[in-house]
Amino acid sequence: MRKYLGIAFLLMGIVAIQLVASFTDSVYYLTQLTMAGYYTMAVLGLALLMGYAGQISLGHAGFFAIGGYSSAVLTTYNLLPYRDGLFYRLLEALQLLQKREDLYGDTIVNLHPVVAMVVALLLSALIAYVIGIPVLKLKGHYLAMATLGFGIIVYRVVLGTALFGEADGISDVPPFRFYGDLGISGDMDLRVENYYIAWISVLLIMVLFINLLDSRVGRALRAIHGAEDASRAVGIDTGDYKLKTFVLSAVVAALAGVGLTHFNGGIGPSEASVMKSVRYVAIVAAGGMASLWGTMVMSTFLNFMSLRGYFGSYDDALFGGILILIMLFAPEGILSISFRRAWKRLIPRTERVRDGDTEGR
Amino acid sequence: MRVISRVFLLLFLTVFLVTPVMASDTIKIGAILSVTGPASFLGAPEANTLKMLVDEINSKGGIKGKKIELIIKDSSASPEKAISFAKQLIEEERVFAIIGPSTSGETLKIKSICEKGRTICISCAAAERIVNPVARYVFKTPQKDSFAARKIFMQMKKMGIKRIGVVVGNTGFGKAGKAQLEKLAPEYGIDIVISEVYDKRATDLTALVTKLKAKGVEAVVNWSIVPAQSIIAKNMRQIGFNVPLFQSHGFGNIKYVRAAGAAAEGIIFPAGRLLVAEELPDNHPQKPVLLKYKRDYEARYKEEVSTFGGHAYDALMILVEAIKKAGTDREKVRDAIENLKGFVGTGGIFNFSPKDHNGLDIDSFEMLTVRNGKFVLLEK
Amino acid sequence: MGVELFLQYIAAGVTYGIIYAIVAIGFNIIYNTTGIINFAQGEFVMLGSMIAISLHGVMPLLPSIVLASVVTMFIGALIEVLFIRWLKSPTVLRMIIITIGLSILIRELALSIWGEGVRALPYFTGNEVSSVEIGMIRISPQVLWVVGVCLFMVAVLQGFFHFTLLGRKMRACAANPVAARLCGINTKNMVTLSFMLSALIGAVAGCVVSPITYSQYNMGTGLAIKGFTVAILGGLGNSLAALGGGIVLGILESFSVWFMPSAYKDAISIAILLVILFVRPSGLFGSKERMALKEF
Repeated sequence: MRKYLGIAFLLMGIVAIQLVASFTDSVYYLTQLTMAGYYTMAVLGLALLMGYAGQISLGHAGFFAIGGYSSAVLTTYNLLPYRDGLFYRLLEALQLLQKREDLYGDTIVNLHPVVAMVVALLLSALIAYVIGIPVLKLKGHYLAMATLGFGIIVYRVVLGTALFGEADGISDVPPFRFYGDLGISGDMDLRVENYYIAWISVLLIMVLFINLLDSRVGRALRAIHGAEDASRAVGIDTGDYKLKTFVLSAVVAALAGVGLTHFNGGIGPSEASVMKSVRYVAIVAAGGMASLWGTMVMSTFLNFMSLRGYFGSYDDALFGGILILIMLFAPEGILSISFRRAWKRLIPRTERVRDGDTEGR
Repeated sequence: MRVISRVFLLLFLTVFLVTPVMASDTIKIGAILSVTGPASFLGAPEANTLKMLVDEINSKGGIKGKKIELIIKDSSASPEKAISFAKQLIEEERVFAIIGPSTSGETLKIKSICEKGRTICISCAAAERIVNPVARYVFKTPQKDSFAARKIFMQMKKMGIKRIGVVVGNTGFGKAGKAQLEKLAPEYGIDIVISEVYDKRATDLTALVTKLKAKGVEAVVNWSIVPAQSIIAKNMRQIGFNVPLFQSHGFGNIKYVRAAGAAAEGIIFPAGRLLVAEELPDNHPQKPVLLKYKRDYEARYKEEVSTFGGHAYDALMILVEAIKKAGTDREKVRDAIENLKGFVGTGGIFNFSPKDHNGLDIDSFEMLTVRNGKFVLLEK
Repeated sequence: MGVELFLQYIAAGVTYGIIYAIVAIGFNIIYNTTGIINFAQGEFVMLGSMIAISLHGVMPLLPSIVLASVVTMFIGALIEVLFIRWLKSPTVLRMIIITIGLSILIRELALSIWGEGVRALPYFTGNEVSSVEIGMIRISPQVLWVVGVCLFMVAVLQGFFHFTLLGRKMRACAANPVAARLCGINTKNMVTLSFMLSALIGAVAGCVVSPITYSQYNMGTGLAIKGFTVAILGGLGNSLAALGGGIVLGILESFSVWFMPSAYKDAISIAILLVILFVRPSGLFGSKERMALKEF
């Protein structure tokens, strides 16, 4: 039961922050915390892939964007002109359509967000699976470049395709209602509810990951990270485990994309950019590579600060700086920093300190 | 577990130490501009312009005795940041109005947020979808793309051009322009033989202009706001492709002319009158406004004024004018903007109406050309 | 497609290709001596041209280019000494992340120094509209400068690596660092030298392409990605192969415009890269054995 202690703390933290915010009349902080929550989901998936399976991905924003964009396209595409078609009637009979009025009083009929979400998740899983097979055979720089390349292709495609709104992205995405009015939406009145929706999702993913790592899979992943050849020698199907982790992390990123798109009511190409992927990597690095908790904390903190605009025009520079500082002085993550050791690192020619990296060159 | 406790401490501290300070004897105006990032060529001059104007207004005692408190948020052209900032400005800063965002994509994302938050938003972005359909609280200052397209086609008709090629950059501006050009061309009996999109960071477009040349077009329209538009001009001349080159109103930055050097000579494009302020006849109503803005900006920032900064100038001054007329009641100010007539700005003379939240007509454009490295009126 | 058009595309492709190749060669030099892919390589190109443009305000063209290249070279050395030299057997992952961070920092620094504006060096000969007619095609004289300077640099590099003591020491380090150290070569200094060399090449390349492509604080990222693609396309580590890979990619890109919307041009070149990575990671001109040898 010890492993659930952290989850209990997280739950208490989530509730405590909401209570304090409500009591001090500053619920508006929850808006950015909700957004940070969705990014945290995506980053946790990446942490599983990077920290535990030892595979870098410089294209993770691509999966976030695949989720967000598919859901946005499917829930904004007006199906009304096709109302006489067989397919439309079939969807209508299955109650998979949603009728609504937009800001200007026009009627729009679109797919229900649940359908859109299912499609988005399946699509991202499929894409991750198909590209994962060849990509995960690569190592080191080749792996980094291949994932970076994947991210760039996604970015180029959303930027160059009319269906995805090109540079403008997609706006006026409807809320994702679960029951009555309750659901993912950027509405001011549903701020607290949305905060809980986002963070309970983070919590559930955390539970899933912790259990996963505590199982046979987790031990296999750690073995792969430690010494891939050795683990293959003892009979672990390394390729299979890596691929499954890759697909899982992609699906989680896509889910985060779906959530944030409905919360924001839109998505733009910046979500697919290389800089976004680099940010995710920066956060995982700052969180300590193989620490889900550290990653969660750093992600919440950094995303919250960035979305509040506290970093001003130095947002990107700050993320670059974090990457360098963490990798130079504390490759195990900022929360595990020991100043004495960092000092030793600074001064060359002292006796060799244990290097935190586990992957050989 | 130590990790977690440290974390929450950290979070609590950041959340509750930074609480906004309230001041009631000022008018709070928020601005969401992409000061850095891929659209910084828009956001940077816009932010500079706003700072300069607010300093000037405040040093003269503010509007009706109230000083302006300007909050500039740098969105670096990311819609998700613009959304977060818009919510912040509306819900916690409770700003009187929002100026910006700089790009169309961001504006379209926050349009419904401003609408629901009943906050005036005067966008500095170009796309027509910002004001069409009209949203009650959303206005924009740059001229409509369709007027620029019409101006270009009218000029082509005069020159007897029938078959043209269209190239645009892959930005929101380019996308909107392409749509307008393709929609309006048949009206003027002009045939778009080929239309192409190129990357906003392209470094050499020889292959693209070669393709245009092979199609035998009589003129090329390039619609973009990025540096690559000077590259088009150069590459066309270098491969000996000497048909007239039309640019959009996004060419309104003398830096681009300088970058294109000799290749910029003879480029024809529609633009507001800011770029040719000195050349205007003395009785032109815009002349004093344009000259003052130009001189002030160039004296303070030591760089040439661009039409983009002018959009922010217009946005702020329209708001100030409406506040002067209607006081500090937001609804009344909104009505005042909607009924503002004959307001002289840098982009033209604004005549708003409940149906037109842009307020500029086709006469806000002049056809300009480049002669000896300078912008001049095409017909004079 | 007529012959004239065909040749024009080839010429455009070769121009792109040589620009990419020169960035790729910078990658290769550092990769060979350290096993690091320097993701900040594009930033050297940007720094070289931006510094040259600033200097050109106060001095003639040639000295400003030379001085800018030297300054960039020392920036390269400084980066190595500050961020790389004292790390003890860093992992590939760590080095990738450090160089990515560096590239972001340098870019943001450049933004605050030079602003977001576009600048350019003047054309070395002629101006923006002048062109040279070669056979049926017309190209800008600056393209000839780019081709000439880049080929010259490749030749000088080959000479340096094969016929000078210093160059041979660097090759020794690339082939087998431990053995090189046993022979009394200071491998750490060789690494610093490789950063200087690759910064120098980047800076010179930045200066010659500046009149064609313009210089802006964010020009490095795009060039770095293309350069990296070319380095892998040719075969990581080999300069002549990079030249070949560059020209192949450049020509493919330039012809791709004919067949499909140019908005997808970059996606095409990246897709080619992915295919190469999957099918033939040693590159078009490389082989597994050669890769193990790490020859320049």
